Amino acid sequence: MSSTFELVCPAGGLPALKAAVDNGADCVYTGFRDATNARNFTGLNFDEASLKQGIDYAHRRGVKVFIALNTYPQSDNWPHWTAAVDKAAAFGVDAIILADPGLMEYAHRNHPQLRLHLSVQGSATNYEAINFYRERFNIQRAVLPRVLSLAQVEHVVKNTPVEIEVFGFGGLCVMVEGRCALSAYATGTSPNCQGACSPGKAVRYEETSTGMETRLNGILIDKFGAGERAGYPTLCKGRFEVDDETYYAIEEPTSLNTLELLPELLRMGIKAIKIEGRQRSPAYVTQVTKVWRQAIDSCLRDPARFAVAPAWMAELNKVSEGQSATLGAYNRPWK
Amino acid sequence: MKLALGPLLYYWPRQRTMDFYAAMAEQPVDVIYLGEAVCSRRHEMRLDDWLEVAAVLADAGKEVAFSTLPLIESESDLKAVRRLMDAARDDMRLTVEANEMGAVRQLAARGQKFVAGPTLNLFNGHTLRLMADCGATRWVMPPELGRVALAGIRKEIPAGVETEVFVHGRLPLAYSARCFTARRYRLQKDNCEFRCIEFPDGMALKTREGEAFLTINGIQTQSAKLYHLERELPELAGAGAGLIRLSPQSEGMIELVGAYRALLDGQPASMPAGDYCNGFWHERPGLEWVNP
Repeated sequence: MSSTFELVCPAGGLPALKAAVDNGADCVYTGFRDATNARNFTGLNFDEASLKQGIDYAHRRGVKVFIALNTYPQSDNWPHWTAAVDKAAAFGVDAIILADPGLMEYAHRNHPQLRLHLSVQGSATNYEAINFYRERFNIQRAVLPRVLSLAQVEHVVKNTPVEIEVFGFGGLCVMVEGRCALSAYATGTSPNCQGACSPGKAVRYEETSTGMETRLNGILIDKFGAGERAGYPTLCKGRFEVDDETYYAIEEPTSLNTLELLPELLRMGIKAIKIEGRQRSPAYVTQVTKVWRQAIDSCLRDPARFAVAPAWMAELNKVSEGQSATLGAYNRPWK
Repeated sequence: MKLALGPLLYYWPRQRTMDFYAAMAEQPVDVIYLGEAVCSRRHEMRLDDWLEVAAVLADAGKEVAFSTLPLIESESDLKAVRRLMDAARDDMRLTVEANEMGAVRQLAARGQKFVAGPTLNLFNGHTLRLMADCGATRWVMPPELGRVALAGIRKEIPAGVETEVFVHGRLPLAYSARCFTARRYRLQKDNCEFRCIEFPDGMALKTREGEAFLTINGIQTQSAKLYHLERELPELAGAGAGLIRLSPQSEGMIELVGAYRALLDGQPASMPAGDYCNGFWHERPGLEWVNP
């Protein structure tokens, strides 16, 4: 199935990549097994051999492969990031997803034929910012941070020649991506530099007489009573005390699901929908890709009569993180 | 090294803000950043008010820069940024601190020199050179970077670009489209009643065992602890920092400015006591305190 509207699915490894390809992804996005990408988790991502295999598998089936090199290199590790750009180009990926302007300049200069996408980690939330990257590095696409309303997204689309990709499903960052140092503050590991937030090595689950406590580098992130499921202590999704009230002070552990917005997104000229979750299992990728493929095809056939099938939601809810799904910033229930 | 006062990150009543800067005009600080640098809804200070403050400070010999919003979501946000740029273009004594790439694009197109702000994510010399090509004459190190990063970048800093380091105050850690102060009061953001005006130093966010962890300041999340690089100043100077930034707090700024000024002048200083951290500079989790 080829369409001008692309479904971009996550692949944390070869099995997930195959699952995405087999179930209807137009593109899969990947990362190398190191700090050059923002899902630098133990046991995840691709070495050279598996990436070559993955590209071959996808390309034979007409599916594109992107690679995220979307962390910020520093002076002492700069050559490692440029080597990753060179490797990605040599392997024949269809696009690299970058956040650092210096690295974009390097890629643009040394691999002018290579498509550049601006990562969500680049924090570009307006057309002036996106057009900056276009003029300087000829980026072809920008992934928007998950903070804009639908109307704001449309305003961006109307004012830039750059293709716009938005998140459609998966875990939700409440902070502007690329502008969050909470994990760096609490644990010393940051999405910007080390490619991870609230890292597993800093996590502790402790059974106490009053319930399960979850800690991050010793900081109490949440406490669960009997019958409550103890979630992963992502630090912005904990319960804290503010002004004598204890609640999810920053964000509830919900996940994003924008299926019902599909006709709107298509109408306003969004080029691609991104599914979050390179850290999730091949089973997740299979399930989510399958549902979104069906939904997109249905919407492309007849956007006016598009309706979200209850079965789709049921399938997606099975794999959602947290207790509930939300439309996130797109419809701004909190605005 | 020069002493800089970062933008006021909290929402204070207009008169309090005016009084604060009137007092700062008399203090031994070299550079002052003005303007709303957190939330586009805050409106106690109008552009004319800021221009008035800027004129007073410039007359007092301060170098003045307007900080732009780090999160630009709408056309009206863009217009507000353009008005700041216009003001800086019309008065040679003023510059702009760009806090997102949209502002950089416009400043470069206008040929206006600017300060590359702390939220631009400038993590290496290559990106810094690019900013210099666009017209940056100074950059502010992202607070999450430390001594190793600065030592590396130092070798690559283009000629004529100054380095500024955040050395004192609650660390600006994250930005959201969502307002956490409004959330505390179950208010919609568009009908937030500007409750953040009641918290001149933000709201304390504690863990469920009472440990001060973060500070809620509208759409911005800060550290609970005060970042404090005092004993590190000689090292900072050696690493090429040309300016150090203090972040405005509701109490004790005159004393704090005085203390840092004394340190820069090689004099003994009595620093106010506080719950301090300095981990970022020492390449540790930011909330840690490392004995320098």
